[in-house]
Amino acid sequence: MKVKYFEVIRTTAVILIALVLAFIIISIVSEQPLESIRIFLWEPLNTKGHIGNVIEMAIPLMFTGLAVSLLFKANLFNLGAEGLFYFSGVVAATLAIHLSLNSFVHPIVAILAGSLVGAVLSAIPGILKAKWNVNELVSSLMFNNILFGIGLYILNYKLRDAQAFAAVSFKFEKTAVLTKLIPGTRIHTGLIIVLVLIVAAHYFLYKTKWGYELRMTGANREFAGYSGMKTAKVIIIVHLIAGFIAGMGGSVEVLGMYNRFQWSSLPGYGLDGALVAMLAKNNPFSVIGAALFLAYIRIGADQMARFSDVPAEMISIVQAIIILLISAEQFLKFWKNRMLLKEAQRNV
Amino acid sequence: MMPNQLLEMKNITKVYPNGVVANQNVQFSLAEGEIHAIVGENGAGKSTLMKMMFGMEEPSEGEIILRGKQVLLASPQDAIDHGIGMVHQHFMLVPSFTVAENMVLGMEPKKGVSINYNEAVRMTEEMSKKYNLLVNPKAKVEDLSVGMKQKVEILKALLRGAEILILDEPTAVLTPQETEELFRELTQLKQQGHTIVFISHKLKEVKAICDRITIMRAGKSEGVFWTKDVTEQEISKLMVGRDVVLRYDKEKKPYGAPILSVTDFSLADETGKALLDKVAFKVRGGEIVGIAGVEGNGQTQLVEALTGSLAVRGGNVAIKGTDIQGYDIRKIRSLGVSYIPEDRMRQGAAKDASISDNLISTQYNTKAMNNGPFLKSKKIAKLATTLIEEFRVRCSGPNQPIGMLSGGNMQKVVVARECSTAPDLLIAEQPTRGVDIGAAQFIHQKLIELRDGGSGVLLISADLNEILELSDSLLVMYEGQIVAYLEEPWAVSEEELGLYMLGINRQDEQQIRRAVEA
Repeated sequence: MKVKYFEVIRTTAVILIALVLAFIIISIVSEQPLESIRIFLWEPLNTKGHIGNVIEMAIPLMFTGLAVSLLFKANLFNLGAEGLFYFSGVVAATLAIHLSLNSFVHPIVAILAGSLVGAVLSAIPGILKAKWNVNELVSSLMFNNILFGIGLYILNYKLRDAQAFAAVSFKFEKTAVLTKLIPGTRIHTGLIIVLVLIVAAHYFLYKTKWGYELRMTGANREFAGYSGMKTAKVIIIVHLIAGFIAGMGGSVEVLGMYNRFQWSSLPGYGLDGALVAMLAKNNPFSVIGAALFLAYIRIGADQMARFSDVPAEMISIVQAIIILLISAEQFLKFWKNRMLLKEAQRNV
Repeated sequence: MMPNQLLEMKNITKVYPNGVVANQNVQFSLAEGEIHAIVGENGAGKSTLMKMMFGMEEPSEGEIILRGKQVLLASPQDAIDHGIGMVHQHFMLVPSFTVAENMVLGMEPKKGVSINYNEAVRMTEEMSKKYNLLVNPKAKVEDLSVGMKQKVEILKALLRGAEILILDEPTAVLTPQETEELFRELTQLKQQGHTIVFISHKLKEVKAICDRITIMRAGKSEGVFWTKDVTEQEISKLMVGRDVVLRYDKEKKPYGAPILSVTDFSLADETGKALLDKVAFKVRGGEIVGIAGVEGNGQTQLVEALTGSLAVRGGNVAIKGTDIQGYDIRKIRSLGVSYIPEDRMRQGAAKDASISDNLISTQYNTKAMNNGPFLKSKKIAKLATTLIEEFRVRCSGPNQPIGMLSGGNMQKVVVARECSTAPDLLIAEQPTRGVDIGAAQFIHQKLIELRDGGSGVLLISADLNEILELSDSLLVMYEGQIVAYLEEPWAVSEEELGLYMLGINRQDEQQIRRAVEA
C-alpha cells in the first residue's frame, strides 16, 4: 500500500462509516428500515425533479466549498463564508428590487455587486490576520453575527414587503432573476458560473505564480517568507478571492432560486462549505463531487422524512460523524504509521 | 560491577509521520542511582528517545521495560505515574503564577472547593528543604532568573514523585556559576537515590558529573561507556564520526572581488547586552569563509542580519557594494544571495508540498519560470527532474511530498534549490546538520563547485571537521566578537581552534583586522 493514497482511502472509509451508522440509526428508529434506507439512497436519483433538487442544492455548496477550500489551502481556518453568503444575498436582492435594467445586464450587475461586497468585507479579517495575527476563526465567526444582524435589519426595515404575510422582501424585478437551464427542474445558470469558477480556481491554484504563493504560504508560512514571498499580501489576497466567491454564491442563490429575499436566519451554506472543503481535501475539482454528495444525502434525508417515519435531522448525525472523523487527525493514523515504517525500512 | 537495572529501552525505532526516521533500533539502559548522559549532535535522536521515555511520543517499534516489567507510556501522565519526570529545555511554567502555584498545578491541595494556597506554600517549602533546592514559594515565576526557574521545574517533577529525572540540555541556558550549582544539586539528588538522565553535547560537563554515557549518532546508539574509561576525544569521535576523514581537493585560485563586506557591525539585545561587537570581515569571489564557534555566540544574529530578518543598525553590511540596510529577504535574494537555513523543517522546506514546489520557491518569480502570471509547468518539471538527478535525491519523483524524504535527501533538495539560482553569495548555515555522511559529502562537493565557479560562500557550522576542511579562511566567534582569523584552516589543529572557540585564546587586533584587509 502506498502512503500517497492514504488520504483518499481515509476519506472513503469515513464516508462509509458514517453511512453505516446512518443505516444503524434508521434500523433502530424506523418501523420499516429497509424501505426507509431504499428511500434514502434511491429517491434522490429516482426522478428528474429529484436529481434537479440535488443539483440545485449542490450549487451554493460548490460556491462556499470552493471559497472555503481556498482559505483552508492557505492554512486559514476562516468560517466567514456564512455571513458573506447571507449579506451578499441581501445586496444582490436590493439591486434586483430597485434597479431597472435589461434581463442580460441586471443579474450581472446584481451578482457582481454582491461579490464585490463579499470581497471587501472578507478582507477585514484578512487584514487583521496578516498585520496583527488576529485569529481568523474568531474574527470571521464574529463577523458572521455582525453581517447577519445588519442584513436582517436591511430586510426588515428597507426591503420588507408589508403586503406579504411573512418576513420577506419585495418581489425582484423579473429581469434580475436567473434563467432556468433545464425544464422541469430549478437548475439555473448559476451552475455554469460555479463550474467556470472551479476550473478557474484550479488553474489559479496550480498554474499561476499567485496560486503557488498561496499554496506555499499555506504549507509553511515561514518557509514562504524565507523564500522571499510577501505572506501578509498573500493572506489578504486569499481573503479577497474567497470573499468574492462566497459573495457570488449568495447572490446567485438568491437570484437563481427565489423571487423574494426570504432568509430570516443564516442559511448555513457557509458552514456547509467547510464540510465540503474538508471532504474535497481543499481541491477545487473535488469540490464538485463533495458538494453533490452532501446534496444527495440531504435530499435523501428530506425524501425519507416525507415518505417514511425517519426525521430529516438524522442526516445531521451523519454529517457530524463525517466532520469528526475527517478532522480527527489520529483516525487511521496507526495504519499510516505502519505503512511509513515499511517504506522507511525498504529504503534503508 | 553493573548496578540494578532500572529502566531499559529495547530495539526502539521511531518513524515520524513525515517519514523521518529519528531512532533506529536504539538500545538504552538506565541503572538505579546513576547519572547517565546521552550525548550526540543535534538531530542525533536524543530528544526523540527522551520524549518516548516521557510518554510524549510512542515508539513505532520496540519496548520499554521499567523495573523488569514492560510498560506502555502513552502520555506524560503515564510516565509521571511511573515515577519519571522531565525538565524541558524550554520551561513549562506559568509565568504569572507564584512558585507554589506552579508547583501544585494540576494536583492542587484543596480546602473545600478552593485551593489551599498555604498548604501549597508549605509543600513547596518542605520539598525545597528536603532536596536543598532553595526557592521562594511566594515569588512570581516571571520574576525569577533562568537558574531559579530550572530549580522550580526540578522540584515540580520531584513533587510528582519522580525517581527518574530527565534533564534536556539543562546547562544550555545557565551561566557557569549556575551550572556549578546545578551540578551540586544533581549530585545530591543522586545521593538521595534518584536516577538522572542528562542530555547534553557539552562533553566537559558530561565528564564532570555523569557515571555512564550513551552516545548517539544519526538515530542510532553508538554504545554505552563508563565515563571514567573514555576521554573527551574518544567521545567526540564517536559522536561526530570523525573516523571518516574528509579531504577535498580544492583548486588554488586567486580570489575575486569582495562580494560581502561587513564593517564594524554591532548589535545589542533589549537589555543592552552585546550580541555582536564590531564584527568585520569580507567574503570574496571564489572563497569559502567559515565561521566557527560554540553555538549562541552571535552566529545566529549575524545570519539573521545578513538575510534581512534583523535590521542592520550599528555598522554596515554591503553585498556587491550595495548597502543592505532596510532590505527584506526578497531584495537581498535579488542581489544574488542564496541562503541555506539552519532548520530545514521550519524554514527550509514546506513538508507537505511536492519536491518540485519546494525547488522553485526562490525562482518561481523569474522570467525563466513564468509568462506573466502563468508558471511554465514544463520548464519547472524539467528543472525539478534535472536537479533531482544532479543532486541524486532519492525519491519517487518530483511530485512526492518533500516531507516523506529522509533528512539527507530533504537537505539535498534545499541545497539544490539554493544552488540552482547561480548565486554570487551563498550563506550556508549548518548545511549538513542531521544528515548522513554520504549526503554531507555530496553537499560539501556542491559548495566547493560553487566556490570554484567564482561565488563566495559564507559557511556557519558547528561541525569542526566540515569547517576546517572546507574553509579557505576561518573566523572564530566568541561572545559576539571575532576572536581569530585563520588563513589556512586545514593546517589548524582542533585543539588550537578549541582554545579560540572557548574564549581561552584570542588573536590581537592586528591579526583579526586581516579579515577585512586581506
